[in-house]
Amino acid sequence: MAHGHSEKGGHIVSYGTFIGVWLALLMLTALTVAVSGVDLKRLSVLTALAVACIKTSLVLGIFMHLKYEDRIFKVMFLVVVVTLAIFIGLTFTDTTLAR
Amino acid sequence: MAVDVAGRSQGLPDYLNHRAAYSGILSWVLSTDHKRIGVMYLVSQLTFFLVGVALGFVMRLEMLTPGPTVISNPAVYNAIFTVHGVIMIFLFVIPGLIASFGNFFLPIMIGAKDVAFPFLNLLSWWLFMIGAFVAIASLFTGGLPDTGWTFYVPYSIQTNTNTTLALFGVFILGFSSILTGLNFVTTVHQMRAPGMRWGRMPLFVWAIYATSWIQILATPILGITLLLVMLERVLGIGVFDPARGGDPVLYQHLFWIYSHPAVYIMILPAMGAISEIIPTFARRTIFGYKFIAGSSLAIALFGSLVWAHHMFTAGIGERAAVIFSLLTFLVAVPSAIKVFNWVSTLYRGSIELRPPMLFALAFIFLFSIGGFTGLMQGALALDIHLHDTYFVVAHFHYVMFGGTGFALFGALHYWFPKMFGRMYNEKIATIAWALMFVGFNVLYFTMLLMGWLGMPRRYYDYLPQYQTWHVVATVGSWILIAGVLLMVGNLLVALKRGEKAPDNPWGGVTPEWSTTSPPPLENFEKAPTFSGGPYDFPTEVAR
Amino acid sequence: MSQTATPGAGGQAVLREAEHHFDYTGRKLGMWLFLFTELLLFGGLFIAYAIYRHVNFADFHVAAKDLDLVLGTINTVILLTSSLTMALSITAMQKGNRKLAVWLVVLTVLCGLAFLFIKYFEWTAKISHGIYPASPELMKLPPGEVRFFGLYYAMTGLHGLHVLIGMILLIVMAVVIARKPSRVHSFRPDDADETMAGARPAIVDGDGKPLWKGGIIDENVEQVSVVVRLKPGPHTIQPSDYVSLENAGLYWHLVDIIWIFLFPLFYLIT
Repeated sequence: MAHGHSEKGGHIVSYGTFIGVWLALLMLTALTVAVSGVDLKRLSVLTALAVACIKTSLVLGIFMHLKYEDRIFKVMFLVVVVTLAIFIGLTFTDTTLAR
Repeated sequence: MAVDVAGRSQGLPDYLNHRAAYSGILSWVLSTDHKRIGVMYLVSQLTFFLVGVALGFVMRLEMLTPGPTVISNPAVYNAIFTVHGVIMIFLFVIPGLIASFGNFFLPIMIGAKDVAFPFLNLLSWWLFMIGAFVAIASLFTGGLPDTGWTFYVPYSIQTNTNTTLALFGVFILGFSSILTGLNFVTTVHQMRAPGMRWGRMPLFVWAIYATSWIQILATPILGITLLLVMLERVLGIGVFDPARGGDPVLYQHLFWIYSHPAVYIMILPAMGAISEIIPTFARRTIFGYKFIAGSSLAIALFGSLVWAHHMFTAGIGERAAVIFSLLTFLVAVPSAIKVFNWVSTLYRGSIELRPPMLFALAFIFLFSIGGFTGLMQGALALDIHLHDTYFVVAHFHYVMFGGTGFALFGALHYWFPKMFGRMYNEKIATIAWALMFVGFNVLYFTMLLMGWLGMPRRYYDYLPQYQTWHVVATVGSWILIAGVLLMVGNLLVALKRGEKAPDNPWGGVTPEWSTTSPPPLENFEKAPTFSGGPYDFPTEVAR
Repeated sequence: MSQTATPGAGGQAVLREAEHHFDYTGRKLGMWLFLFTELLLFGGLFIAYAIYRHVNFADFHVAAKDLDLVLGTINTVILLTSSLTMALSITAMQKGNRKLAVWLVVLTVLCGLAFLFIKYFEWTAKISHGIYPASPELMKLPPGEVRFFGLYYAMTGLHGLHVLIGMILLIVMAVVIARKPSRVHSFRPDDADETMAGARPAIVDGDGKPLWKGGIIDENVEQVSVVVRLKPGPHTIQPSDYVSLENAGLYWHLVDIIWIFLFPLFYLIT
């Protein structure tokens, strides 16, 4: 909680969970490399980014313990991602860029 | 606000006199006490400010007559406005009130002993000084600087002056700014004293909190942009340089993604200070606490989405121009909410016109002019006419000097007795304020008109038809500078020979007034607890 | 660990600066905020990438074929593995297994080294083919490809720098943990000053058996305090023993996340 000077420690994640997540990450990497060989036109970008997002949420949630943190950490992270998305989105409204 | 500092005695020495690990100057530059760091920022910023003022004085003097007046080489004039801009922006208004008064009062106002990371705080100040030194050194090595403070590509890639070093200096300053921001956010989240709920935080704390978020989210974009320009200069990576396939307009986007929110880094803490001064001198609880607190966050949010209004004439797409113009008009809403709430607080208050209040009222007046002229430039058609004229320069000075500058001086007069335990001569302070207010308007309102008539900015020479205007403006600059010098002199004298200040000279109710003047090392003699609203005046007549 | 007041001249309390309480959540919050700034630092580059790629769609595809997919994939696996060892080392530390934690950190650093080694070969291979910023060879290519390689060098270069910083951070951590007996607890018996004169202090275990005996306390005693240095072990480990390692780990994982995006954006768009 915000008040008080917390001495409480973090959540302990088991060795097994981490190894499971690592295997999942390796499989996702294999998947994305395999799919890149197939021509899906514009879709291929989307699949590559979707896989990257899944991998990122695994690393964030489990490896970085975000899943087990106070809610304020998650809210802040969301704010940051939304901000970056808005920056990118608004820059894209400028159609004259890089022509 | 009721502050319980149970069993207060006069036992502890204040922060200026406690026994430190080092003595002399080292007891300052190696101190991790947030109050000493705040004072160090204040002193360094005001020093840079006076240097900037001196450069501005020379510029105005040069514009007294067409053709060469006191400077024979136009390149020197270019150098002077560049240095004036770099110093005033990066070394005075961006650290502004957040680094000085934020450092000093944020922990006190939430009842904490210090910030969350005191050592990091000291590191921020050192980075600030190192960055300042590098940036200034670049100006005197390798030719006269001539890029303006905006470092626009492609010119900043091609010029032979020492731009790489200047960029590196600003990069370090950005790092300092980021560390201060993350320190303050953590402090507000983790260090509030018992009873100091979010809804009880003084509005200055809300403003600092919102500003810290902008520092965290926007400054890194400037960092990477400057880094890319450095890489462009050293290696030629071709991201911005049109000669190598890059797009210079992309630079402008990235630069303003930071640099527009940066003006809110400058103005938000100023608004926070005004929100403190007005209730104290109107003896009334602030009108619309939640709206002022919320509008700080709203300004932080909307302010981050309007950057391309600096680029309407840079050839950006029509769709983008319309969207950014609309967003620019939207950002005026939360600013206006603040102004209305301040004025409503004054209504039926028992107003005392003492120096801090005079500065606060001047702020509202000047900032309103600055805000309205800003909206004019936010309108697409009008901006074509006004872009790159004196109108922009005058608008900017109304917001940044009339706004942040006057608020900083107001805050200085408001908190000076608390920080140093001395009172200044209020009569001289009032005269200084009057000189500054008059001089300011004579100088910058004339520039607004000149801009409207078509006088372009950053020009060394001008057509004779503008001379009358320039003479008036230059005379205004003399009045303004006289006021500034009188103010600084008055405060310096007070520091040495001022009367001892009481703990609560103005009858304020926020937490800083419940401790001694100056406060002891860990701010309160006993850990305080809080109850009640932040602006509950005991004497206020129930209505 | 609140304010430390030591009696000074005239009985007046003198405070010392920066004696700080420990706040586990606060430290992690500070680190996360720093990570956000790193995210936005790379964010600026991602904006540039998104714009240029949108405009030079075809050129980016052609240019990406020049990158070595096999080396890129190997590097991805290496970094993912390093993230695993990093995460494992924190669990080991939380369980009080200091030795295992140190070895896992060392393994993480070695993975980082392998990553940089492969990256070095990739870069030198490109440079020997004349593909480097502002090279005459590169300038002959269409502008889209010039932009691709400009961003490639800027982004992987900045990422590599972060790997290097992370490695240094982790080496420091490994040394700190390996040497760590440094958590100090002080106890000061209340109001015991006068009554303790002439007594002999001792530390006893749970059964009352003495572990240590001190000398006799003399008459002029002003204060008595006992300082205990603890090695973190399975039963005595506390958050203050591993929060720095956790924060260093967070930094390392962030570097991994950046790569998770760089890999498809540069290597997989052929």
